[in-house]
Amino acid sequence: MLNLMFKRKKFSKVWDFPGFLTWTFFFFGFLYIPIVILVIYSFNSSKFAMIWTGFSFRWYEKLLTNDDMQQAALNSLYVAFVAAPCATAIATLTALVVVRGGSFKSKEFSNGLVTLPLMVPEIVTAVATLIFFAFIGINLGLINVMIAHTVFCIPFAYMPIKASLEAMDPTLEVAARDLYSDRNSTFRYITLPLLMPGILSGFMLAFVISIDDFIITLMVAGGGSTTLPVYIYSMIKMGVTPEVNAISTLMLAFSIILVTGYWVFSKKS
Amino acid sequence: MKLNAFKIFVYSLILGLFSFGAMAAGKLNLYNWADYTPDELIKKFEAETGIQVIVDTYDSNETLLAKLQASGGSSGYDLAVPSQHFVEIMIKEGLLEKVSGIKNMPNYKYVAEQFQGPSFDPNQEYSTPYQMGSASFAYRADSYSGTGSSMMEFFKPSSEICGKLAVFKSPEEVVNMAHLALGSSFCSEDPNEMQAVMDLLVEQKKCVAVYSSEGINDRLKSGEVIMHAHWDGYSQVGKWEGVDDLTYAYPKEGVVGWFDSLVMPKGAKNIEEAKTFMNFLMNPENMAILSNFAAYANAIPESVNYLTEDMKNAKNIQVPDGIPVVFGKACNKKAQSLIDKVWTKTMQ
Amino acid sequence: MNIQGENKSRNNLIGLLPLWIVMGVFMIGPLIVMAFVSIMESNSYGGIHLKFDLSGYRQILFDTNLFDEMEFNPAYLIIIGRSFLLAVAATIISLIIGFPVAYYISRQKDSVKNILIFLVTIPFWTNLLIRTFAWIIILGKDGVIENSFGFIGIIGDDDSLNLMYTNTAILIGLVYSYIPLMVLPIYSSMEKLDVRLIEAASDLYSTRINLIFKIILPLTLPGIIGGSILVFVPCLGAFIAPDLLGGGKKLLLGSLIQFQFAYARNWPFGAAIAMVLLALIVTILYLNARINRRHEQNA
Repeated sequence: MLNLMFKRKKFSKVWDFPGFLTWTFFFFGFLYIPIVILVIYSFNSSKFAMIWTGFSFRWYEKLLTNDDMQQAALNSLYVAFVAAPCATAIATLTALVVVRGGSFKSKEFSNGLVTLPLMVPEIVTAVATLIFFAFIGINLGLINVMIAHTVFCIPFAYMPIKASLEAMDPTLEVAARDLYSDRNSTFRYITLPLLMPGILSGFMLAFVISIDDFIITLMVAGGGSTTLPVYIYSMIKMGVTPEVNAISTLMLAFSIILVTGYWVFSKKS
Repeated sequence: MKLNAFKIFVYSLILGLFSFGAMAAGKLNLYNWADYTPDELIKKFEAETGIQVIVDTYDSNETLLAKLQASGGSSGYDLAVPSQHFVEIMIKEGLLEKVSGIKNMPNYKYVAEQFQGPSFDPNQEYSTPYQMGSASFAYRADSYSGTGSSMMEFFKPSSEICGKLAVFKSPEEVVNMAHLALGSSFCSEDPNEMQAVMDLLVEQKKCVAVYSSEGINDRLKSGEVIMHAHWDGYSQVGKWEGVDDLTYAYPKEGVVGWFDSLVMPKGAKNIEEAKTFMNFLMNPENMAILSNFAAYANAIPESVNYLTEDMKNAKNIQVPDGIPVVFGKACNKKAQSLIDKVWTKTMQ
Repeated sequence: MNIQGENKSRNNLIGLLPLWIVMGVFMIGPLIVMAFVSIMESNSYGGIHLKFDLSGYRQILFDTNLFDEMEFNPAYLIIIGRSFLLAVAATIISLIIGFPVAYYISRQKDSVKNILIFLVTIPFWTNLLIRTFAWIIILGKDGVIENSFGFIGIIGDDDSLNLMYTNTAILIGLVYSYIPLMVLPIYSSMEKLDVRLIEAASDLYSTRINLIFKIILPLTLPGIIGGSILVFVPCLGAFIAPDLLGGGKKLLLGSLIQFQFAYARNWPFGAAIAMVLLALIVTILYLNARINRRHEQNA
């Protein structure tokens, strides 16, 4: 590291500021040290998360027998496997129209509508959805959560899909249309395959967002529809044991693997 | 493409419905206070009946009431465990299902006579007994020179406690404790009395480190706080977990009594499963498992035969002679809105 | 041609319909219902009476005291002010920390750049609750900080720094939660920065400080504003950090709203505060859009 710093200095340019490297170094420390500590303490054999007594897998073993936690994890997966595809489908349709539909009246409106869940603070969305379901009397348990997640996930699926549509080279499609002359076939054999990486990226992001969502689920979920983050929240409230760290570590690993997969994937294509 | 998106949508719908349907059979959704449901009891119930129990937790009667209210009469829970006065409120608000034939349940005969048809449910149409106990405060005797003989030690803490004090997150028990301390009565409609309660709470807040009703024993064990609003049995559990000097205070002004019951929230789907659980819990052996875990007293006298020595000798739950146990009541709307106002103003 | 045009607009409509329906019913619908609830009378055990009543809003400024007399009550203004100040502080700290980082990353070669940016985004995709929980282990009594300080001998064994349950703890939690959202937009506006400009400027201005404040900062202003909004908005409505790190003692807007629905059961009041929060944010976004437009016109 030190070696590297010296090397940089040698080739220092006007736009290299001294200290920025160190600053960035500390920044990443700030970002990752808490996560590393969280992971380390999940291997703590003590009952109390803060007092280190030795290395052990006992909290991971305990998770294997924790039925409530497993049910919550299953619920999270059910929700994400419904919400993410729904959100991706809607986002894909919207992106196609917004990018390819030429100019039309409601374009700006639709574009803004997609990103609405990002503008409204999550707590407001959460209580509004809670009131809404209570008011019109929809009580379908997990399906309520799925609906709320679908809405919230749409902008996250939308952004990569729109970006990849905009970046797409139109000449291929034009050429194809010359050859096939059929709009549907062009779409099916050219546009869709080209767009697939974007759609998959959107799906993955929507999936991660759904799995991670907490506040909306906390307010909307009723009996039997507790998701993993809500379960973790109740665990934290009951006391800070390394079991929370263990389940958190698994969740972190899951998200990071998915997002890394997405990243590698999008870099390749 | 339209076809594709449509397919994805249909598949996901099928997947969703399928998983939803699969969840409905032979399950029981229990909504209970945190740290109040022994694993052993659930495992035993599941082994005997084949019904899978899913437990969600809450931290106060208020949270439970809010959740049931917000779900507009179908919360998805099959059983919940409110205290006596909240059973009354929930019945009034139409949030509970009538449970038919409680009196004919095989194990109902084990319920002590004075707890059959309790005042909040005189015809035993809604509830079966869970546990009973009291609320007051507990402290680490090694770090505190007081004796816990007055409620004022909690509300006007000495300098050794100040900053190391924690209070429940919800008003009902705290406001009642303040009434005890001040000698006023529960559900007071007198603004002057409630003003005095509020002054006491606001004054106390200066010394409060955290308002929380969960993870109490951990907070006391780590020394983060040395005095905490507490329940008798739960503080005994803390003692068992190794906090030897954890002492539950029985102040001369009295403690706030409560009696928790199993009830069935409106719109419960697994009614037979819920009734099976109600009956299961009235069996003395099963009730003893619960008391051995949560360390509270219960309404099934014969459960004594199955209590552990630890439980029989539990010091924190034995009410000393001459200490009144005053049970919380369901307040009318005027009193209730005064309580809410006091609490909101204290919390701001 | 005409037929195709009609086809196209019909296709457009079909394509947008799912979005309009889903967003209209399940996003805008709830907001409208919430606005409606905020002008209804509250029921003391939760829910509402269907009767027009503005007391949800009035309560923010004027409240009846226990004696049923109306009086000015600054408490909620204090909560709004506190939320505002904490959000501003979190934004400024994020900017100070994030700006040099964004700058440094933007000056690396592409492969390094990609990896660094990816590292910045990872925390954003992980669970906020879990990341905040990590700080309990660090800041808590006998937590990582107290232990290591005790180990070095700065504090005694029984001493406590009382880091948890303070505004500082909340602030750390907020900055930690949202700082990636500050770095990314600044980074992307740095990307567009013309290096030749800096080189030319460095010939004219003597110091690097001047370079930063006179050239780089103004040129990356859209990114800075964008990042500030992305941090400020979620901070203003934050719930997790004040709840876990603040001990529930110092209410912020987010926790105040949640409190109304989860404990106090005063729906109209909770809905009214949510409307106020929404109005604050809409105002900020609107101002931002206006600034952006002016910026574009100037450019």
